[in-house]
Amino acid sequence: MISESVVDLSRLQFAVTAMYHFLFVPLTLGLAFLLAIMESVYVMTGKQVYKDMVKFWGKLFGINFALGVTTGLTMEFQFGTNWAYYSHYVGDIFGAPLAIEGMMAFFLESTFIGLFFFGWDRLSRVQHLAVTWLVAIGSNMSALWILIANGWMQNPVGAEFNFETMRMELTNFGALLFNPVAQVKFVHTVSAGYVTGAVFVLAISSYYLLKKRDLAFARRSFAIAAVFGLASTISVILLGDESGYEIGDVQTTKLAAIEAEWETEPAPAAFTLFGLPNQEQQRTDYAVKIPYVMGIIATRSVDKQVMGIKDLIAHHEVRIRNGMIAYGLLEKLRHGDKSEANIAAFNEVKKDLGYGLLLKKYTPSVVDASEAHIKQASLDTIPDVFTMFWSFRAMVASGFLMLVLFVLAAWASIKRNAENKPWLLRFAVCSLPLPWIAAQTGWVVAEHGRQPWSIAEVLPVHLSTSSLSAGDVMGSLLALIAFYSLLLVIEMYLMIKFARLGPSSLHTGRYHFERDAVAHTVKA
Amino acid sequence: MFDYETLKLVWWVLIGVLLIGFALTDGFDMGAMALMPFVGKTDNERRVAINTIAPHWDGNQVWFITAGGALFAAWPMVYAVAFSGLYWAMLLVLFALFCRPVGFDYRSKLENQKWRNAWDWALFTGGAVPALLFGVAFGNLFLGLPFRLDELMRSSYEGSFFGLLHPFALLAGVVSLSMLSMHGGAWLMLRTDADLHARSRVATRLCALVYLTAFAGAGAWLVASIPGLTLADGINTGGAINPLSKQVAVGNAGWLANYSHYPLTVIAPVLGFVGALLALLGAQLNRAGVAFLGSSLAIVGTICTAGFALFPFVFPSSLDAASSLTVWDAVSSQKTLGILLIVACIFVPLILGYTLWCYTRMWGRLTNKTIEANPHGLY
Repeated sequence: MISESVVDLSRLQFAVTAMYHFLFVPLTLGLAFLLAIMESVYVMTGKQVYKDMVKFWGKLFGINFALGVTTGLTMEFQFGTNWAYYSHYVGDIFGAPLAIEGMMAFFLESTFIGLFFFGWDRLSRVQHLAVTWLVAIGSNMSALWILIANGWMQNPVGAEFNFETMRMELTNFGALLFNPVAQVKFVHTVSAGYVTGAVFVLAISSYYLLKKRDLAFARRSFAIAAVFGLASTISVILLGDESGYEIGDVQTTKLAAIEAEWETEPAPAAFTLFGLPNQEQQRTDYAVKIPYVMGIIATRSVDKQVMGIKDLIAHHEVRIRNGMIAYGLLEKLRHGDKSEANIAAFNEVKKDLGYGLLLKKYTPSVVDASEAHIKQASLDTIPDVFTMFWSFRAMVASGFLMLVLFVLAAWASIKRNAENKPWLLRFAVCSLPLPWIAAQTGWVVAEHGRQPWSIAEVLPVHLSTSSLSAGDVMGSLLALIAFYSLLLVIEMYLMIKFARLGPSSLHTGRYHFERDAVAHTVKA
Repeated sequence: MFDYETLKLVWWVLIGVLLIGFALTDGFDMGAMALMPFVGKTDNERRVAINTIAPHWDGNQVWFITAGGALFAAWPMVYAVAFSGLYWAMLLVLFALFCRPVGFDYRSKLENQKWRNAWDWALFTGGAVPALLFGVAFGNLFLGLPFRLDELMRSSYEGSFFGLLHPFALLAGVVSLSMLSMHGGAWLMLRTDADLHARSRVATRLCALVYLTAFAGAGAWLVASIPGLTLADGINTGGAINPLSKQVAVGNAGWLANYSHYPLTVIAPVLGFVGALLALLGAQLNRAGVAFLGSSLAIVGTICTAGFALFPFVFPSSLDAASSLTVWDAVSSQKTLGILLIVACIFVPLILGYTLWCYTRMWGRLTNKTIEANPHGLY
């Protein structure tokens, strides 16, 4: 059996590397589009200040992009290094979007990003504009394909288990592509990226406005970010990821855990605004509830029920018992007893094979699991409710704060009086961490909520790892944390340095610090 | 469209194409960075070297990333067994590669000389270490790797990182490091002038000589004393196969069998030698184009030499010959291979088209003057 510590360490390593990666990705997604918009305005109006905006925000984009690429390298290869059995078991399906991502998105993004930075003097205005748009489209396409892969982990459609090859195999590529979970995830995630880009530009522009520096530059950046951010925030909130949570057992469980809904309540269920979920006792202490709201958020209707955790556990127990039968038949088939009857019987129950595999944590042969094992495995099907409950609320609270920010900022831009509202500018500067808080807690909800599965209903996490020693994984985990943190510190240093310097860093002679320098020289 | 057997063969070719694409493109930027601290004496010269690849390294690196993705999709078993087995080697490659994106973008953002020197060595590491380790990994394929598969297709690996450092594998590492450095040297000859150009010529010549010696030595060693594997006849290459069901013989002629069965394949090693000689000649006569053509041919020849020798094996086991992964049994389903082939047929020509456009747009010799005139706009 695989040691628990290897599983836990591998999970931690994946979580750390993925969360580090996602510090940089949303900003890339959002800034790329903002750059494309700014450059479009430049090409249409011919005003130099917009070109300076593209170059300056592009410089910050580059500092962020470098670490996005660095941390992305790990993501492409660590399914193989640390999740070897997963890679074998679902590579036939999961690998395809990754390969397509490379061919369709990464090449586009990475080939043209070089021209974006270095092609200013070698391309016509329109050519350069096209290059910037292609970078933005490339980065968003890569989000599409990776979220198709991730959506499939949450809702594995279009695939079937093949006992001959002992793995899942693709049966319907269209289903994989148009997986409803993947579709909502894509829209939600890229919109969240646009919000990140917008908050970033808005906060830093507000800083210049507060300092009364480079006003023409900052005002225009502020306005573009405010409008783009408002549209994106509304899109993130309206097209929330939870609209995909009615599909499949694991998504339903995720939803119940987010709400800490222990009992199935009559529709539409109440939303628990505050509470301390207690998983052992299966209740929520000090709960403050708002009637109806949760049913409406979760099911977008007033009559659909949201199933409670206790009922889900009972339902999963039935599937685990079925899974034991499936595993027994699989063993017969693998040992060469491939009679028609066995195959037919296996096909009957194979959708529950994954539930049977949950028992592997307790007994290698599955079929001899005791009642206590089965009960424990059923309880295992519920992720940690406290984490889910509070991560979700942190994400939503950040989202609504940003909505307020963008409504005010857009209004101020229309009224052209943002500079006279220092409280709004300070609010914008302080909001800088919000999109990152929302993105990170959002991924905790999505991926912690998938536990104990790596592929929902198909493959448990504890079977997915490589055959490594705990020491190996501990070593790589520490090395990754150390190296990433070092790079992050360097990145933050450069980011803060150049953000403070502002457009003066372009050395055009037109901006604050250089004008001072020129003034000083003249005086001298 | 195609039957399963043909698709399996097509994907063997396509993975080879991706590897060659990676070595031809990312190969010269890695090679150029492996040489950079030595051929670039001043900060300006180093910036010239870096800026010849500045607009291209990221796109080039995607060949590597896509090769990883394609391996996952087309040969999931190889992706799983190889990367988990070669855990520390793979991590070392990744850590070295981490230095590149940040190195390129951050190096020239500050004037501080210590800062720049530190990043120069980071860029050197990002070029030289992967170039060396890819060769070591390839060398180990010929020796076989200590893994076996169990009944449920879970692989267990019984070796360590240091176990990979067999002298033959290290020699293979020298082959790939000198090959990519030769390629990088030829690139620098093409795109730079003055002292940097002159030193790149010397480096290209030196690397070509090392490559020729190491490639010949590795070949002789392989012929003399490295046993290969032979797949027994009668496996159903057109079906879905359990890797453990095949019969594999260990024999002395193993890795050379394909060359005697299909004598035309000898073109591959010949191309390796001819290419490197051409690179040597190009450097000698100061014809950068000839040198770059030569190093490119050497790369194609070398990778094909290894691929042809190993076929149909792609990841041989030294512990349990039957666990060895082949093009017939380590692959994805027919459906997945077919869909990916269609995607590749559409996108690879597009990629080649726009990549070429980017290179032509950025073409031209970079000089010290260009760099001096551009203290902030370039890397």
